[in-house]
Amino acid sequence: MLRFILGFIGAVFSVVLLISFFGNVSTYLTSPPPPSAEEEFHLHPKPLHLASDGLLGKFDQQQLQRGFQVYKEVCSACHSLNQVAFHDLEGLGYNEAEIKAIANQWQTEVPTVNPETGEASTRKALTSDKFPSPYANETAARAANNNALPPDLSLMTKARHGGAAYVHSILTGYRNQAGYKNEKGVELLKEFPTAKTPNGLHFNPYFANLNLAMPPPLTSEGQVVYAPGNPKPTVDQMATDVSAFLVWTAEPKLAKRHAAGLWAVLFLLVATVLGYFAYRNIWYGEKAVVRPTGALDPKNQVKARSAKRKAGIDG
Amino acid sequence: MSFAWAKPYEPKAPLMRWLDERLPLPRLVYGAVGGGYPVPRNLNYWWNFGVLAGLFLMIQIVTGIVLAMWYYASADGAFNSVEHIMRDVNSGWAIRYIHMNGASFFFIVTYIHIFRGLYYGSYKAPRELVWMLGLVIYLLMMATAFMGYVLPWGQMSYWGAQVITGFFSAFPLVGEPIRVWLLGGYAPDQAALTRFFSLHYLLPFVIAAVVILHIWALHIPGSSNPTGVDVKDEKDTLPFHPFYTAKDGWAAAAFLTVFAAVVYFAPNYMGHPDNYIPANPLATPAHIVPEWYFWPFYAILRAFTVDFILPAKLWGVLAMFGSILLLFFLPWLDKSPVRSGSYRPVFKRFFWLLVADVAILGFCGGAPATPLYVGISQLAAAYYFAHFLIILPLVSALERPLPLPDSISSSVLHGEKKEAAPAGISPRRGATAIAE
Repeated sequence: MLRFILGFIGAVFSVVLLISFFGNVSTYLTSPPPPSAEEEFHLHPKPLHLASDGLLGKFDQQQLQRGFQVYKEVCSACHSLNQVAFHDLEGLGYNEAEIKAIANQWQTEVPTVNPETGEASTRKALTSDKFPSPYANETAARAANNNALPPDLSLMTKARHGGAAYVHSILTGYRNQAGYKNEKGVELLKEFPTAKTPNGLHFNPYFANLNLAMPPPLTSEGQVVYAPGNPKPTVDQMATDVSAFLVWTAEPKLAKRHAAGLWAVLFLLVATVLGYFAYRNIWYGEKAVVRPTGALDPKNQVKARSAKRKAGIDG
Repeated sequence: MSFAWAKPYEPKAPLMRWLDERLPLPRLVYGAVGGGYPVPRNLNYWWNFGVLAGLFLMIQIVTGIVLAMWYYASADGAFNSVEHIMRDVNSGWAIRYIHMNGASFFFIVTYIHIFRGLYYGSYKAPRELVWMLGLVIYLLMMATAFMGYVLPWGQMSYWGAQVITGFFSAFPLVGEPIRVWLLGGYAPDQAALTRFFSLHYLLPFVIAAVVILHIWALHIPGSSNPTGVDVKDEKDTLPFHPFYTAKDGWAAAAFLTVFAAVVYFAPNYMGHPDNYIPANPLATPAHIVPEWYFWPFYAILRAFTVDFILPAKLWGVLAMFGSILLLFFLPWLDKSPVRSGSYRPVFKRFFWLLVADVAILGFCGGAPATPLYVGISQLAAAYYFAHFLIILPLVSALERPLPLPDSISSSVLHGEKKEAAPAGISPRRGATAIAE
């Protein structure tokens, strides 16, 4: 009885699913979903290789310092970095005095309370402060940016598919929309005249919906002046450096993790090998294979079975 | 204890004898760790995953307790407290990544453990309660994992909580009040976060308690084995210690190596990038997906797209809960007296079809809800229900199983390597078996 009830329930679920399936197929055939500009023109990030990639990757401190310079001189005008403190810059190879100077001269001051009047006020940043946000609050940020909110950059390379490569592609991916064609040679505005980028947005095929509120932040070579001995600050170089810097802000412990991982895996491999031999040793007496002979030999059993079948004996 | 030859605890040291007479704690520990517990000698490596699941429960509890020392269950501060653990707490990044990936690996070993039970008929008499207690553990694990995923209060945390508690509103009349009552508000907020944290801390200990029942119930009939043949006498078994402690030990080290490789070199591989964006009730993510271990059920939920008598959403929710609840009836759906799938040629084919089916459901559940993936999951979900509720009872009634070996030791002796972990037995024992 139980099995009949359950079988009935199973049949009901399966039938409803099949009805759903055929409904789905007929809708698809009668009114297929129209192709969308996002589907046909959105690009995956270009490959990007950084020193921190790979199983044992470490940060290139020189590059991180350049990336920090790009953040400081370009990005920090709009984007906060609220998970990172000034003293974390030690990880970039700066010494204490340099970090103190960076904090002291930071363009935005830290909100505080005037100790005498109790009024809202600001003070210079200390090394223990997190990077102060360029805007007092979300409303101020939106008001200054055509109602778009510049996201915090601390975790950007972990919070997007593609990570650092995505950041690099966005920064270098702005295109002129007029006459833009994809790899197949289809022209975007001819195929989708309604997909024209609205005023105040900027066309960028690496962005999910192709239109980004952020204007191109890196526009010309030498926009940031690197100290002598560094590579030429082309747009691509600056974008690469700031992407590397954002990998560090998202995961400052990355190099430490890689180094610890090597030892953890090696330790466990040794434990596995030792454990395996201990297991073989303990099972030694129970594992020795006996070759079955006589009536128990599988070959003889097959012979015996076919002989029985021929003789018409069951079993 | 399981078999007549299972060795009861005999205290050796005087202190232990003194203690055992007054408080049989040593006896309890001896029994719990499997001392003197005879185990079929032919277990293969699929039998290692129960111990591994217990190991991951321990890892989760230990790392979780440490994380709770730093975590701050507040809608304003939860996200930042997790980042504080990742950046400023000594080795906090390691503890948090172990906990985060430990959940995934706990599900990996549990799924292998469940499918091993399905293939070798471990749910059949006399182990029905072992199976059902295992399903209770699985349900508790799902609740714990879901609530744990909400705690970092990222975008997927928030919207996952929104979607999953939204299931209740599919039920007419009572659904919406229940949802509001469970959340402590109309949408996930401080009240929901605090209670999820409280329950996320409580449930692992409930799981540990049910694990004790699961093992206790297992130790009555003893472990099943790859042939599914009952243990007949002492030469079919080996003591758990040292034989299976050694085997479990090296298998655990091997599995932990894989685990460590993921924790240290690809810790975010199984996560979703959106959960590194702080929760924002005003911005819905483009694709809301749960963690990978819920994908098959998510696919079943989304597969119902037609309002047939009941609303589609209610169908989806009923089917999703039903897809797990039906497993409780498995011992009575599959009436075949043969336990092991190795001796059931028809069952075996359908079993592998089921494995493929669940994998397809999982893939579709993680993919965006396009007509193609929804269509595939509709067929796959239909097969899922048909498999357990229609095909399995029919197969068990109609199938003609292969002849079973007389006993475990004779199957080992026949060189049935596929079923037998130790490919042979010792000359001493072999000689007596042949003589018999």
